[in-house]
Amino acid sequence: MAHLDVKNISQSFGEQEVLEEINFSIDQGEFVSILGPSGSGKSTLFRIIGGIETPTSGDIVLNNESIKNQPGSVSYTPQSPSLFPWRSVLDNVLLGQEIQGKRDRDTALQMIDRAGLSDYADAYPYELSGGMKQRVSFIRSVLSPQPLILLDEPFSALDEFTRTDMQQWLLSMWEEHKRSIVFVTHNIEEALFLSDRIIILSNSPANIQREMSVSFERPRNEDLLLSHDFLEFKKEIYKEMRASHLPS
Amino acid sequence: MLNLIRQGWRPLAVLILLFIIWELSVVVFDVPKWFLPAPSDIFTVGINEWTEYNQHVFATIELIIIGFIVGSLSGILVATLLHLIPVLRQSMYPLIILSQNIPIIVLAPLLVGWFGFGMLPKLIVITLVCFFPIAISLLGGLQQTDRDLRHYMLMAGATKRQMFWKLEWPSALPSLFSGLKISATYSVMGAVISEWLGANKGLGVYMTLASSSFRADRVFVAIFIIVFISLLFFMLIVWLEKRVIRWQASEKRNTNGSS
Ligand SMILES: Nc1ncnc2c1ncn2[C@@H]1O[C@H](COP(=O)(O)OP(=O)(O)OP(=O)(O)O)[C@@H](O)[C@H]1O
Ligand SMILES: [Mg+2]
Repeated sequence: MAHLDVKNISQSFGEQEVLEEINFSIDQGEFVSILGPSGSGKSTLFRIIGGIETPTSGDIVLNNESIKNQPGSVSYTPQSPSLFPWRSVLDNVLLGQEIQGKRDRDTALQMIDRAGLSDYADAYPYELSGGMKQRVSFIRSVLSPQPLILLDEPFSALDEFTRTDMQQWLLSMWEEHKRSIVFVTHNIEEALFLSDRIIILSNSPANIQREMSVSFERPRNEDLLLSHDFLEFKKEIYKEMRASHLPS
Repeated sequence: MLNLIRQGWRPLAVLILLFIIWELSVVVFDVPKWFLPAPSDIFTVGINEWTEYNQHVFATIELIIIGFIVGSLSGILVATLLHLIPVLRQSMYPLIILSQNIPIIVLAPLLVGWFGFGMLPKLIVITLVCFFPIAISLLGGLQQTDRDLRHYMLMAGATKRQMFWKLEWPSALPSLFSGLKISATYSVMGAVISEWLGANKGLGVYMTLASSSFRADRVFVAIFIIVFISLLFFMLIVWLEKRVIRWQASEKRNTNGSS
């Protein structure tokens, strides 16, 4: 039984068709990446799942209930870390809970500690580096009560090594908390390293070009990134995406 | 404080230089006192006559404070209402902008005609003067919240009320303070102008009396006091801003850092 069902979602803005008949589902506790070129409509898809944008057609179902146009059903991390500048790290992390009702300060402090940010619990966002902000933003998602987390390219602004560290940290958090995650990225390696399954979107209008299971053993670590199987897989996806991406 | 001294000494030096030139010119060209008094004369009068004119100073300060509070509160109230009720905003906003083009000074005689010479018409003048900058900039701030933060709040299922108190209001605070800073100086001007129209106390009255008896030195005393009050008032708002908006104050200090 699927946890999240994206059913026949199409979306257009005026003449421009952005999403065309998108269908996929996510199981409980699964980590799925959506891989697609820049401007293909990934953020648009997230806004539709999140209930703040109405699709031209189709439906979004979470645990057998339609959540189309119903904000508050999933936990979302926008493309930028989107921390509230006037809130301390602790208050930022608690925002998702605050909106839904109750604040659990102790768990929040524990998670901040686990993320290596214990010295920064009272700091304001401007005092943090990009990677720290992303961690805070992710903790906020994990602490939010919703069972499904949407992450929109959270690491795209980080350098290679910070990025790898953050990916490993994300995996460890996910393995610990067993929430379902839908992760948007245009980085093939990142999608491969993190996910159970990859959904490849084609460009304008976006539809699902291919779905692939990624069966590398967990827990995964950095060595995987340079292994033969990993690189072969990467090559395959690269060719797949290249074929549909017309040079402009 | 050290920062203030480091940044403030240059304009202060220029100011002192100007005063010295002024003083010397008056002496060298033998300018009559009723025409242009020397800074030292103004200073002496300011000190010696303090007991005579201090009631005017306090009357004006009282007027400024009451007017500023009433003006800012109504500015905040109107901006919030216009923000929360789109129909109101669409119908009223253009009118508010338009009405800003009416110089308050031309309204003042009318107000006196309608409300007499008491406190009320003066308060209305100051309130009007303070109201616009605050209402306009606060409304601007409330309307221009960050798109990503807005999306986050919406997706998290925030109610309209949470949207206002957790996102729109705090993110509009810097705009509110820039409005307050403008209004702080305007309110001093508004108070003096309203006193010109008719009052029995206040710096405006003191100035009118001084100039009709050709006491240029007293006029200058009044001018310096007005400038001083404006400055003090402005600094009070800046200080308040620093206390309230702590998440930005230090960010501005190291602007070269990445964000
Ligand atoms: N509200 C809107 N009105 C009109 N066009 C829109 C709107 N939102 C998105 N679009 C268009 O939809 C397309 C997809 O945008 P979207 O932001 O979803 O892409 P993306 O896959 O997230 O890109 P990126 O990887 O660069 O973040 C773009 O061409 C964009 O111009
Ligand atoms: Mg995007």
